[in-house]
Amino acid sequence: MPPAVVLVTGVSRWLGGALAAELASDPRIERVIGVDTVPPSPAVLRRLGRTEFVRADIRNPLIGKVIAAASVDTVVHMNISSTPAGSGGRVPMKELNVIGTMQLLAACQRASSVRRFVLKSTSAVYGASSRDPAVFTEAMQARQVPAGGFARDSVDIEGYVRSFGRRRPDVDVAVLRFTNFIGPRIDSLLTGFLRMPLVPTALGYDARVQLLHEDDALAVLTRATTGEFAGTVNVGGEGTLLLSQAIRRLGRLEVPVPTPALGSVGRLSRRFGFVDYSPEQMRFLNFGRVVDTTVLRRDFGYTPRYSTAAALADYARTVPPVLDPAVVRAAGGGLRALLGRIGDTASAVEHRLRPAPPSPALRAVRDA
Amino acid sequence: MPEARVIRLRPEDDEPRVSAPPSPPGWEEQLAGAVEFLQRRLTGEYETDEFGLDPDLADHVLLPALRPLFRSWFRVETSGLENVPSDSGALVVANHSGTLPIDALMTTVALHDEHPAGRRFRLLGADLVFELPVVGALARKFGATLACNEDAERLLTGGELVGVFPEGFKGIGKPFRERYTLQRFGRGGFVSAALRTGAPIIPCAIVGAEEIYPMVGNARTLARLLGLPYFPVTPTFPLLGPLGLVPLPSKWLIAFGAPIETASYGPAAAEDPMLVFNLTDQVRETIQHSLYQLLLRRPGVFAR
Repeated sequence: MPPAVVLVTGVSRWLGGALAAELASDPRIERVIGVDTVPPSPAVLRRLGRTEFVRADIRNPLIGKVIAAASVDTVVHMNISSTPAGSGGRVPMKELNVIGTMQLLAACQRASSVRRFVLKSTSAVYGASSRDPAVFTEAMQARQVPAGGFARDSVDIEGYVRSFGRRRPDVDVAVLRFTNFIGPRIDSLLTGFLRMPLVPTALGYDARVQLLHEDDALAVLTRATTGEFAGTVNVGGEGTLLLSQAIRRLGRLEVPVPTPALGSVGRLSRRFGFVDYSPEQMRFLNFGRVVDTTVLRRDFGYTPRYSTAAALADYARTVPPVLDPAVVRAAGGGLRALLGRIGDTASAVEHRLRPAPPSPALRAVRDA
Repeated sequence: MPEARVIRLRPEDDEPRVSAPPSPPGWEEQLAGAVEFLQRRLTGEYETDEFGLDPDLADHVLLPALRPLFRSWFRVETSGLENVPSDSGALVVANHSGTLPIDALMTTVALHDEHPAGRRFRLLGADLVFELPVVGALARKFGATLACNEDAERLLTGGELVGVFPEGFKGIGKPFRERYTLQRFGRGGFVSAALRTGAPIIPCAIVGAEEIYPMVGNARTLARLLGLPYFPVTPTFPLLGPLGLVPLPSKWLIAFGAPIETASYGPAAAEDPMLVFNLTDQVRETIQHSLYQLLLRRPGVFAR
């Protein structure tokens, strides 16, 4: 049974706005309410359609009134910030992430109309370290609990959502652990990072990255909102790439930086407004992480349309390469053709100078 | 009437005529191959798997770099390759020695070059390996992953040939006077991984690695300072500096024993500690026994 009234938090960002627009285009859903602290950009606003926008801070008890007044039955929580820059520093970020979630859950617990809660979580909850197994399944936990930042917030948020599920057993809770998003339109951590012409990486390490295309992310969120799935599921594309490989495929230049210096490079690039990356993102750069998506395909019932490589290729259409792979291919082909010609000439010369011995032909049969 | 008999008219043509062996690729083809490789590396158009294996790099750079060591330096002789399956998962359990894990690399070359199916050996390494920069990244590209049950079972389920050295640092960092005596075999985690996936265990004995860096001492304080499990002192290291890193050219023998099947016990047997202990002991004893046999067969430590 599709939901009647859906509340989506974090609707001013690309993914939240896209989900609200997708839900609003479904005639079976009566109302779609979008909540965010900042109003959506005109571009997002145009797409939102019949979505009602409520400018509210989920840290504020006002959200409880919104849920009760509209008798919301499905809540999609996406207002989790992954970078300090987006929310004005680490302290406001943690407050928005953790306190905001607590407030939202408190409001949901009071509202008897709520029967479904969808959390947009992240595979960062598994951490990233050298002691980790190569592939995480949903049943595994981080060997080293992430020390701070986004990953730590996400672990806390999942903990609160679990205890909410225990207190309200009648509510179906779906926790979606997404890998890194990529795509031509979405603005994610990795899209900003890989857009730099020179990409700093950790010297001596090469992370395995698993990507999810924005269209697949949107499809999974829509399905989780309107479907029946309850539980935790990893969401990621098929296959993996090494970070160095992804950088090469995009035609960027890799700049390996010793790990201790990576912090200052991050601070510098944040200062100049490129991208910011925090210590845990650096750990991710070192070791990477890959998740098992059997549950997604078997129980959740969705197979991503884009593999990791295909998602990256789709993103690559929007970033002009610094070192164009086509140029490299052409140069390689030219070089090989040249080598072939040199080789032919050399063998011709060799043939002229030293004729090959005649091949042993049939000899006359000796008399027996 | 005498039996009919074939009288050969051209006795010298007795042997089936063999066509000339394919001539090794000419220099221009080799160069063209190198250009193609560089082009692939620059554009990132190669495949890697979820454990970080990079077959393109392993086959074209890492294995060729190890081959001279395998062929000319250690003159490795392999036996019992028929015990290694060609297309299904199996767990190769071997003794570990030699201060640096050269034995793992040589076994990888042996299985890739000498096994008819050219099998890729997926090593399970200690977490220290993956913490180290460069070494950890290269180990993953070579096909190694962290020694933990999750990874081992995932690889075995995928039909891979997995290699494990249950002695770990106790084996590789033992003093020279204890050579060819097996150390304790961990906690038997490898047996439970095999039981859970029903993969056969192939005991593997490696003779020769003990003598490459004879470890006569262990600088414990220095090791603790550097965060290493041991700091080797050999007759040439650290006395001769980097020159001491050249391994001694001992004669190597690698033997793969008859597989010990585990499928008949069923996956639940992994929870039976007594069975796990017994199987661990069985594997350990088999390897120790074949080590002694190989030592008797080896003409001399530095024989041709």
